[in-house]
Amino acid sequence: MRPFSNLLASVALGLAVGVTGLPAFAETPANMLVIANRIDDITTLDPAESFEFAGGDVSRNIYGKLVNFDPMNLDAGYGPDLAASWTVSEDGKTITFTMRDGVKFQSGNPVTAKDAEFSLRRAIILNKTPSFILTQFGFTPENVDKTIVAKGNTLSITTDKKFATSFVLNSLTATIGGIVDMKEVMAHEVDGDMGNAWLKTHTAGSGAYTLVSWKPNESVTLQANPNFYLGAPAMKRVIVRHVQESASQRLLLEKGDIDVARNLNPEDVKGITGEKGIAIDSELRGRIMYISLNQKHPILSKPEVRTAIKYLIDYKGMQDSFLNGQYTIHQNFLPATFLGAIDDAPYSLNVAKAKELLAKAGVGNFEITAGVREAQERLEIAQSLQNTFAQAGIKLNLTVGTGKQILSKYRARELDMYIGAWGPDYPDPQTNAGTFAYNPDNSDAAKATGLLAWRNSWDTGGLTQQVEAAVVEGDRAKRAKMYEDMQREFLKISPFGIMFQKIEQTGRRDNVKNLNLGGAITAVSYWPVTK
Amino acid sequence: MLRVLKTLASIAVTMLGLLLVTFVIGRVMPIDPVLSIVGESATKATYDAARASMGLDKPIVVQFLIYIWDVIHGDFGYSLLTARPVAEDIARVFPATLELATLGTMIGVLLGVPLGVVAAVRRGSWIDQIARIVALVGYSMPIFWLGMMGLLVFYGTLGWVAGPGRVGIFYVDIVPPVTGMILIDSILARNWEVLQNAISHIILPASLLGYYSMAYISRMTRSFMLEQLSSEYITTARVKGLPERTVIWRHAFGNIKVQLITVIALSYANLLEGSVLTEIIFSWPGIGSYITNALLSADMNAVLGGTVVVGLVFVLLNILSDLLYQFFDPRAA
Repeated sequence: MRPFSNLLASVALGLAVGVTGLPAFAETPANMLVIANRIDDITTLDPAESFEFAGGDVSRNIYGKLVNFDPMNLDAGYGPDLAASWTVSEDGKTITFTMRDGVKFQSGNPVTAKDAEFSLRRAIILNKTPSFILTQFGFTPENVDKTIVAKGNTLSITTDKKFATSFVLNSLTATIGGIVDMKEVMAHEVDGDMGNAWLKTHTAGSGAYTLVSWKPNESVTLQANPNFYLGAPAMKRVIVRHVQESASQRLLLEKGDIDVARNLNPEDVKGITGEKGIAIDSELRGRIMYISLNQKHPILSKPEVRTAIKYLIDYKGMQDSFLNGQYTIHQNFLPATFLGAIDDAPYSLNVAKAKELLAKAGVGNFEITAGVREAQERLEIAQSLQNTFAQAGIKLNLTVGTGKQILSKYRARELDMYIGAWGPDYPDPQTNAGTFAYNPDNSDAAKATGLLAWRNSWDTGGLTQQVEAAVVEGDRAKRAKMYEDMQREFLKISPFGIMFQKIEQTGRRDNVKNLNLGGAITAVSYWPVTK
Repeated sequence: MLRVLKTLASIAVTMLGLLLVTFVIGRVMPIDPVLSIVGESATKATYDAARASMGLDKPIVVQFLIYIWDVIHGDFGYSLLTARPVAEDIARVFPATLELATLGTMIGVLLGVPLGVVAAVRRGSWIDQIARIVALVGYSMPIFWLGMMGLLVFYGTLGWVAGPGRVGIFYVDIVPPVTGMILIDSILARNWEVLQNAISHIILPASLLGYYSMAYISRMTRSFMLEQLSSEYITTARVKGLPERTVIWRHAFGNIKVQLITVIALSYANLLEGSVLTEIIFSWPGIGSYITNALLSADMNAVLGGTVVVGLVFVLLNILSDLLYQFFDPRAA
């Protein structure tokens, strides 16, 4: 449905509710959690392959990992899960995990170090989309039998060079770190696929829930695992229904036919705020909205111009109008809730200051072209920028296209300016630091199209070395401090104007307690939920 | 015999043409199916591996021939989005649409035809005006708006019907899927509770679709009837002193049956394509949203599979109307 019709539907609904009032009478059973969500992005449930939000939600509740985040205390960072403890070798390259005793897979098989070895090796050998999260540590299909080794009840993984332990462990909390039941999976192997075809639509984990069914575009049904090592979950059944429309989700929630509505648009959130029996939660997610300036451009590469442009963004105006409830101001490359995140926000709309900076740089009025993909909120941001830039004599032209068209120009370093979004790939600061502030070879020949710094022809002014240093810093607190410093420098010198971080608003019946959606670092957790 | 063969041959050619066009459009679309699988940050090796495994590295002609060969063998390939065989997906989503569209068309015909006839007979009367307003609203109101309003009033406020979805959460997967149509499956399983629940879910979206098809059918019926009623043979019949009922229903209506069949078949076929907006509002997992989703993600196997099904529906309805013509129109026999 088009955004416009969305809006119309919500407005109509709001009007009508205002006139008629809604009696609520249904209620879901006390041991069942019913959620409305858009789940049409699930394409596979295999943890070695899954890389979408709704898939991550399912996976987090089905698969245990070596280390994991505690949903009741996300700020604490990773902690033990299927690995009860771990030690790091003196050279910092080998981490040895000791497996937790007595944990069983949902099939009844015990969870062993062999299963963990199999799961990690499998993810690397299958080489699916998210495999880079593990292969960045030097694991290859050829070396896994030496670098990932189970011995008794321990598993050792050896990276190709010294990495920060927190970097490695954070990466293992990603979906790809899910430990699968080797016997069960290999029993379903077809043509040497290591059970990939089967695991796309079936599960073999040790987590809080088992999969009853996944019907594409319809529902995901989970059943509580009575033998879950942290105790049987209170919600015996979790049903996630695919409900595309915000207005439909809202009606279902108001009627009590669902407990949680995860895709309410701002109009519907407004409409149900304060209604009896309904609570609204705002959760920060990892996605960041930014603009960037190509450093090949003779004017945009002047330091004063870069700073001036950061003063020509109406952060607050956008946040309080069309982005209301969907994005919040955030000016640093690490999303809030990440290790090392800071909330400095020194920039605000200040046309006078921008003009002063532009004059200092000796540039008069000029024209630039920005690439923006055809998505409503991005176009609205672009229009706001056109307006504020014009106030300082900068004419902003827009090239609008599909995601692919704009992206290929961006990757080819052809855009003066880019307006877009970036989402972290795994819950470690390196995921963003390694692309915004890292660019070892700024030449065209390097073709480092995956690096945002390279796409903007920015040599990072020394931040590359700091990023390299941070990934090998073993001490978690020291490492966090390094990212903080890096971001403060980045704020000053980078050609990136980071503007917003995504907020997700969820409506829930207020008897639902302890539902944690995972913030910017992980996915939803159903096992602590009570009603 | 020759006629049957001819029909079959024309079906085959139609389907082949349809596939070819869809296939080519799919390949020139500015969406990269590989990118939608592997994501922006994939390495070149991962990208290439995915591309090769999807067979996209071969020349397009070869890709098409491979595809046709598979389809002839009943293999539509795997959907990228659902990780299942497209045939299995269609067997799941098409019955949902079939159920809804059939009920909708039944409502549309049962109400639309009489309304159209009466409106034509009493031209300019209050009932004609009402029929006109009903049809006008049906033509001009956005379906999502009426759908939302329907949900709000009949589900939200009055509580007469159930909300979005095909059955309530307690009734999911209770009756064994035989036809995939829950109404029929629950009758087969003699599970009246499921049937009742399924009816309370389908009645609103089916009425909505029925309303739209009624709007169309009643307008068409009215204009067909007016044309007949102004003919000389009707005047003759009336002059002969035949009862008005016979004049209207036997003479005039008898002559518009063939045209009406075409109109009804077309409107039915339209509903069978899947009404995407209705499916979205009512969380109805039908073929319309299946094909739309597939199209947006460049899931070409699913798009082609869905297109084949929709194409077949049109062809079959065409044949069916041909047969019905022969039944109702002695000249066509």
